[in-house]
Amino acid sequence: MNRRDAVSRVALLLGATVIGADFFLSGCKLSNKDEKKGASLSFTKDDIAYLDEIAETIIPTTDTPGAKAAKTGEFMTVMVKDAYDEKNQKAFLEGMTKIDEASEKKFKSGYMKISAEQRTELLKEIDAEMKEYMKSKKKDDAPHYFTLMKQLTMLGYFTSEIGMTKALRYDPVPGKFDGNYPYKKGDRAFAG
Amino acid sequence: MPDNVYDAIVVGSGISGGWAAKELAEKGLKVLMLERGNDIKHVKDYEQANKPDWEFPHRGNRTQQMIEDYPVLKRDYPLNEKNLHYWTNEKDCPYTEVKRFDWYRGYHVGGRSLMWGRQSYRWSDFDFGANAEDGHGTDWPIRYKDIAPWYDYVEKFAGISGNKDGLPQLPDGQFLPPMEMNVVEKHVAEGIKKHYNGKRLMTIGRVANLTAPLPGRTNCQYRNKCWLGCPFGAYFSTQSSTLPAAMATGNLTLHPFSLVTKILYDKDKKKATGVEVLNTETNLTIEYKAKVIFLCASAFNSTWVLFNSATDIWPGGLGSSSGELGHNVMDHHFRLGANGSVEGFDDKYYFGRRPNGIYIPRYQNLFGDKRDYVRGFGYQGGASRQGWSRNVAELSIGVDLKEMLSEPGNWSIGITAFGEILPYHDNKITLDKNKKDKWGLPVLAIDSELKENEHKMRKDMMNDALEMLTNAGVKDAKTFDSGYHMGMGIHEMGTARMGKDPKSSVLNGNNQVWDAKNVFVTDGAAMASAAAVNPSLTYMALTARAASFAVEELKKGNL
Repeated sequence: MNRRDAVSRVALLLGATVIGADFFLSGCKLSNKDEKKGASLSFTKDDIAYLDEIAETIIPTTDTPGAKAAKTGEFMTVMVKDAYDEKNQKAFLEGMTKIDEASEKKFKSGYMKISAEQRTELLKEIDAEMKEYMKSKKKDDAPHYFTLMKQLTMLGYFTSEIGMTKALRYDPVPGKFDGNYPYKKGDRAFAG
Repeated sequence: MPDNVYDAIVVGSGISGGWAAKELAEKGLKVLMLERGNDIKHVKDYEQANKPDWEFPHRGNRTQQMIEDYPVLKRDYPLNEKNLHYWTNEKDCPYTEVKRFDWYRGYHVGGRSLMWGRQSYRWSDFDFGANAEDGHGTDWPIRYKDIAPWYDYVEKFAGISGNKDGLPQLPDGQFLPPMEMNVVEKHVAEGIKKHYNGKRLMTIGRVANLTAPLPGRTNCQYRNKCWLGCPFGAYFSTQSSTLPAAMATGNLTLHPFSLVTKILYDKDKKKATGVEVLNTETNLTIEYKAKVIFLCASAFNSTWVLFNSATDIWPGGLGSSSGELGHNVMDHHFRLGANGSVEGFDDKYYFGRRPNGIYIPRYQNLFGDKRDYVRGFGYQGGASRQGWSRNVAELSIGVDLKEMLSEPGNWSIGITAFGEILPYHDNKITLDKNKKDKWGLPVLAIDSELKENEHKMRKDMMNDALEMLTNAGVKDAKTFDSGYHMGMGIHEMGTARMGKDPKSSVLNGNNQVWDAKNVFVTDGAAMASAAAVNPSLTYMALTARAASFAVEELKKGNL
């Protein structure tokens, strides 16, 4: 990225409430010297498996592999540990518990035990709840945990090898520029 | 020749230092180039350049540790995982912010020529004449005709791609074929041209990326990973361009880890005799002697060296007799403009990641346009289809979300204004003797701010963007202002300005320090005003011109 890209990215972000906006700008907005770093956080294999199944429900396997195959759960833990400030870490960790609790409440069974259809149903409800929350959220309120999970899933998936080369079209060395390239609905986007 | 004696010493190895070394070495001088930081070898040391995104643990994003380690860099986009190692260690190299100043530095061979934005524009006589015209700052000692042949010269060697637009305020140059605007940029450009009867122009950026090969360098491969270092040598950097040429002469010696602490000055001869160097690894001090010294350490650091030199004669340092050393700090102010969406091009896309955007040259206060401030601004930007990070409000999770985000989104276009900052005497840098860097050296204190002229200009920078996009048919255009602080342009200029009079300038028209004619300062420090265009091409031209002059003067026995 260079200055112009950064500027246009920010410009783009400002143009709409982009889901990644908080994340991309978090270094500026959320950093706070007094907040502790999260290096001491640790995630278990079960945590990663659980996050993989949340990610897979957000970006499922279709004719291309989904978020679980792209190891998105593990990526989420790395980002929560290293890149999140304490406020976001707390929101994310609480969210992990809340999803399981919501599953117990709705289906009398933990998230890992319910079916793929039930997971989708549950996370769609949480997604709708998140959108309501974000509407009334004040600037300094913690983001909704599902915003964080969805952002990290999208980031983790679309920048993974699977996401970039299978869900998107990836060319490490394009070699030329064509500014009038044909496109038809259904053609995949080029990876950045 | 003894080991520590050279014909010329070049302090710094960035855009200006690289040019000074090449020109002086090619003219037969034995040259020593001193770089305070580590070496970075062309291609071999571009460790991240061929890594795909997924091999970066945080996919290029910043961590809390990085935020803690880089309290300045974190303020804007430069703090990132991919080229973190190219940015200066802020704990080792602190500075004092009397007022906020975002100073983004690169201390290594090549300097910021490795990470620069590569936009390359000529100044015109509107720029060189501006100080004389409106009375801000002092008159430039040169005009366009003095530098035009040197623009020709450096453009041919560096490789600048661009379109010849025939504008008096943005002179054409020796360009490689222009990059291409994409279909939506062309559409908006046509709309602007039509609405403003050709008085405003959107064109492709002029950029130091090759669109045709040069000796030893491949043309741009459209990866848009320039700031990691280019394995193809496709953009101008010290490493890809000037350093190999200088090395090929056999006349250049390059010493990394060599921080020049002062210029050694002979008060009887009124000349510099050499430099004192601190080895940043061993902490040992050594002196080198030379007939000519080129200070190209980046604007503020070149002045820092002058502050520390000849203080027994001038307490304020070499060049301070003018009263202007350290003064007239400038940058370009930006980070505001407008963006919107463009309809009707759903069947169009683009192939390749073009490391360049569009440019709208300055039109304010020119050709009858009159504003309530002086000088003006240009715009940079581009059109693209939205990527996977866009918000798709109506979509929740699952297959629909995945499929939609796997396709490109709507077309949008954004333009950001880059405006001129006037040279103000009280925007200044000084030595802060109470704060020391890792090597016990006093650091710089920076005290600068925008003033009324810039604040007035910023309103137009935003509103004109909205008006232009709307008039060109862009839908739902909106303004944005992400806020600007001095330094964010990474175009720090001034503090040792050129001028006509030793009483009001530090350097003469050939970049010689008035008080030491064999000391040349040819980086951003020399600038007497800032113009609205990106400055690096002008540093290249000024450096090549000054080097040629220095060699002639040496031959004549004048130095």
